[in-house]
Amino acid sequence: MLEFLKIIFSLEFLGAVLRVSTPIVFATMAALISNRAGVQNIGIEGLMLIASLVGVVGSAFTESAWLGLLFAVVSSVLLSWLFSVFVLKFKTNIVLAGIAINLLASGLTVFILYILTGDKGVSSGLASKTLPVIPFFNIPVLSGQNVLTWMAFISVPLVSTFLYKTKTGTYIRAVGEHGDAIATAGVSVYKTQRTALLLCGVFSGLGGAYMSMGYLSMFTKDMIAGRGFIAIAADAMGMGRPVLSTLIALLFGATDALSNQLGSFNIPNELVSLIPYVVTITALAMYAANNKKKQNQ
Amino acid sequence: METVLEMNGISKVYPNGVYANKDVDFSVRKGEIHALVGENGAGKSTLMKILFGLEQADTGNIKLNGEIVDITKPGDAIDLGIGMVHQHFMLVDSLTVAENTALGTEITKGLFIDKETINKKVKEISDLYNFALNPNDLVGDLSVGSKQRVEILKTLYRSAKVIILDEPTAVLTPQETKELFERLLTLKEEGHTIIFISHKLDEIKQITDRVTILRRGEMICTVNTKDVTEREISNLMIGDEVDLLSKKSDPNPKDTILDLAGVSYTLPDGYKALNDIYLKVRSGEIVGLAGIEGNGQKELIDIITGFLPYEGSAKFMGEPIIKDEIAELRSRGLCYIPSDRMTKGAILSMSIEENLIANRVRGNVLHSNLPFILSKEKIAKYADESIENFDIRTDSRTTPMSMLSGGNMQKVVVAREFSDLSHMVVADQPTRGIDVVAADSIHRMLVKKREEGAGVLLVSADLEELITVSDSIVVIYSGEIVAYLPKAEEVTQMQLGDYMLGANRMDANTIRRNLYGKTE
Amino acid sequence: MEKRNNFFQVATTLIAVTISLLLACIIILFVSAEPMNAISTLLFGPIRSLRNFGNIIELMTTFMFTGLAISIMFQAGQFNVSVEGAFFLGGLISGGLISTLTLPGPITFIVAVTGGVLAGAIVTSIPGVLKAKFGASELVSSLMMNYVALYFGLFLLNNVFRDHSFGMLATHKIPKKYKLPVIVPGTRIHLGFILVVILIIVVTLFLFRTKTGYQIRSVGENTTFSKYTGVKIGKTVFLAQLLGGIIAGLGGTSEILGMYSRFQWTSLPQYGWDGVIVALLAGEKPQNVPLAAFFLAYLRIGSDLMARATDVPTELIIIIQAVIILLVTASALLSKFKQRSTVKEVIGDA
Repeated sequence: MLEFLKIIFSLEFLGAVLRVSTPIVFATMAALISNRAGVQNIGIEGLMLIASLVGVVGSAFTESAWLGLLFAVVSSVLLSWLFSVFVLKFKTNIVLAGIAINLLASGLTVFILYILTGDKGVSSGLASKTLPVIPFFNIPVLSGQNVLTWMAFISVPLVSTFLYKTKTGTYIRAVGEHGDAIATAGVSVYKTQRTALLLCGVFSGLGGAYMSMGYLSMFTKDMIAGRGFIAIAADAMGMGRPVLSTLIALLFGATDALSNQLGSFNIPNELVSLIPYVVTITALAMYAANNKKKQNQ
Repeated sequence: METVLEMNGISKVYPNGVYANKDVDFSVRKGEIHALVGENGAGKSTLMKILFGLEQADTGNIKLNGEIVDITKPGDAIDLGIGMVHQHFMLVDSLTVAENTALGTEITKGLFIDKETINKKVKEISDLYNFALNPNDLVGDLSVGSKQRVEILKTLYRSAKVIILDEPTAVLTPQETKELFERLLTLKEEGHTIIFISHKLDEIKQITDRVTILRRGEMICTVNTKDVTEREISNLMIGDEVDLLSKKSDPNPKDTILDLAGVSYTLPDGYKALNDIYLKVRSGEIVGLAGIEGNGQKELIDIITGFLPYEGSAKFMGEPIIKDEIAELRSRGLCYIPSDRMTKGAILSMSIEENLIANRVRGNVLHSNLPFILSKEKIAKYADESIENFDIRTDSRTTPMSMLSGGNMQKVVVAREFSDLSHMVVADQPTRGIDVVAADSIHRMLVKKREEGAGVLLVSADLEELITVSDSIVVIYSGEIVAYLPKAEEVTQMQLGDYMLGANRMDANTIRRNLYGKTE
Repeated sequence: MEKRNNFFQVATTLIAVTISLLLACIIILFVSAEPMNAISTLLFGPIRSLRNFGNIIELMTTFMFTGLAISIMFQAGQFNVSVEGAFFLGGLISGGLISTLTLPGPITFIVAVTGGVLAGAIVTSIPGVLKAKFGASELVSSLMMNYVALYFGLFLLNNVFRDHSFGMLATHKIPKKYKLPVIVPGTRIHLGFILVVILIIVVTLFLFRTKTGYQIRSVGENTTFSKYTGVKIGKTVFLAQLLGGIIAGLGGTSEILGMYSRFQWTSLPQYGWDGVIVALLAGEKPQNVPLAAFFLAYLRIGSDLMARATDVPTELIIIIQAVIILLVTASALLSKFKQRSTVKEVIGDA
């Protein structure tokens, strides 16, 4: 037990948590923005996946990690735009459209990978690049983190500022709560929601690119492993508030990091992996129960 | 005073052929408070929606200060200085007063909203008109009266010179109404022009300069408020219709089926939607509940059907009505014909047959010999019978409900409701939007039910229907019973209209005496 | 009139599918060195041999199970997507139990199958209960449940059912006597096919000819109306999700006992998502599930054959499936538009 506590409360662990939480934090921001605008995008998982592949391919072909990152983000924004067209213009059911995006990304990534490398599982055939790590004055925990990790955590106050201090951010908050209010004020509901979805694409792209270009530069099939869905849960539990949602995302990241450590103890890996999902469902239930109580009063 | 706004020859037809506005001319003078009145469906909301750009007229034009203007969306209207205070507030609860007020027009400093400047501006306007609003308060925390002031503030912030208020006092307490009127007078002094949509004739007399009356989509006339009485306005709204007497037998009411005593319902913000209601319906009688929509009928019906809690006593067949027990109420004999047949009355995507059986599946009436399985033959037979008995015009019982006309849809609803044990029928606007022939059919069915011994509560805003079909009429206004008329056939439409519009009311004791005088 | 509606829905589905297939052909033209061979293998490969055709039926069986499960839940208007996890766990529990228990003959079989069904039922019921009791979104909770089922299942596989003598992570061998018999010699088509067809008939009867089935459909179509006619919404919604889980659990059981000699899945098999497509193509009607399942299975086998014979990877078909979803549900709306305008003409104002 003591060993366990020693590990958790070590600086290395804290650093690991930040590292592992990075993609979840990005995805949580993506989920938060789209949910606030009233267009909950469950296709974030797929958006991240496509970005993770395109980043690897892009960096290999341009021999530049940063260009790879750019391509990655562009790809997920494009896919998110496709989603917005079907949902906002053609009125496709938003849940089904999200499922379709996930499916599309799942097939498309392996398809492209195979065409380019002849391999279906990993992209080791590609000479892709990683994004740089930042030696931050050698301060423990902070030093040695990837540039995207910095970007992820900086994006939290950025998103907060965006939502609460800019025009577009305010419209996004308003449209998810009461679309008619902005329509009668002369602001386009469609444009606002589309913007939210495009931003969702940006953050998903950053999160996906991190997965394949953060430390090891490699794409593996279905590498997002449900982080896109966890982000949706983190946003739901965080009630759409950037800081709270991020804290919850960190919690999930912690359990992820933990399962790496717990291999040396007798707690089975799988049970540790269970924790974030069980916690989410419980929290969701409590949240809903609380809401229902409020309604009945 | 010069004319500031003119709407000329406005017509709007809905896709189903109904005229919302027919060649309406409407003009407003600068700096006046101008009332726009008419019954539900008279076209006043549509006219204002056209003015504000929420809808487009089919013909006609709009002139502002003498020049023709093009208004295709709310943004255009706002740019022209027209503002609208909606009946259902267009506010975002989680935003502040200032954020809501400035929504869509935010001043920015670089990338960010210039909160300071906006707050300052909002405070200035609020102080100027004595609105007593704090820019940093969350709108969700405000009272209804305050919220409405934010709605008005929105229009003033955008320098609206013409302000449309849609039924503004519907949700206000008497005190708040008084305060609103004081503010409106201030606005008038400052040179704003106000268009005031309302049903409440006493208020119109109080505060407006002129009144325009619409009836069935057409403009009847515009008069100076001081030159007409409330009664005269009411007459103009309703028109000189001849009373039709029905040919039905005398009622023979027996046991009390529905008994409401001291029923009240208070909304979360303190507004009393229903105040101390006393109402009885007995078997073998049709009680008409007359009132303009929005005066508490919805809440009353929701209470009777078990969807809302209430204070006071409400009994059906002698037993108290408990919330969420509609299945139980139905098994005791309650039938309900809802006003919104498309959502509450039917499933449009299913067939006539499937809609008819909704309440019968519970018992064993439709079961076949196999366990659990419903009998196709029994369902078909029952459906065919219903179609026959209720004169439903359709090719087959498998036609989807969505393909039927409004009148036939309603007949299906009635057929379904009447097929069950029915001790009491609650019929809410049962013939609204239905052709005359089908409406007559439904009236006859209601009378037949009454003859079979059921009690009927007919909730309606249609004067002709109320007088023709009901035995006695109770009038509801602003959540209170304001009149009890024991002999419907002796009531004139004028009288009824007056009560419904708040131009007249009976004293509470008289009502109570009449209501209870007949029994025991 | 009703016939015209049905026809319209079928027509739009067909159009969506055709466009998707055309898209597939275009992609093949771009990507493959031997496009005509690829396309012809994709489209006609499955009927070139009995074994290929048998593969279609085998896969079709799987898809019918998940498609049926999803259809019931969608009929009640519930977006519960935990069929994926239910199918997985059902197969795992039944496969694990049957290869580990040593109770006398038929008892092991019964216990294993019951276990599989129960596992599936529990997986989908949790989101169901949360929705019925607390109004919690069944979408998010069912997404989470898939992972709970996965990791819990892997835990059991690794610690309870594992055959340590076998190289990879798997259960012990499933005794031959418990395996579902093959019903068409020369193929691997097993009893599960007959089982699922019977299930489809039963579910169709249930949905369209019983009171509870009627109530499920009515809640899915118009919850407000159902409330007013006295239907208990919470119970009905829960029941639909429970039934979906039972079918999914049974599907997983049938799949493992029919097609495999051990349970070896270490990740979610994605059949749940295929079920979504089948349900969509079937218009959520159980009686159309076989045809939709056949179609999807045909495409999948075709693309597997194509991948083996040419240079086009089988993932093409997954892309096509996604496009089908987008098009079918969007075009469903186009037809709704047409309907709505007809409605307005005929009905008059409300």
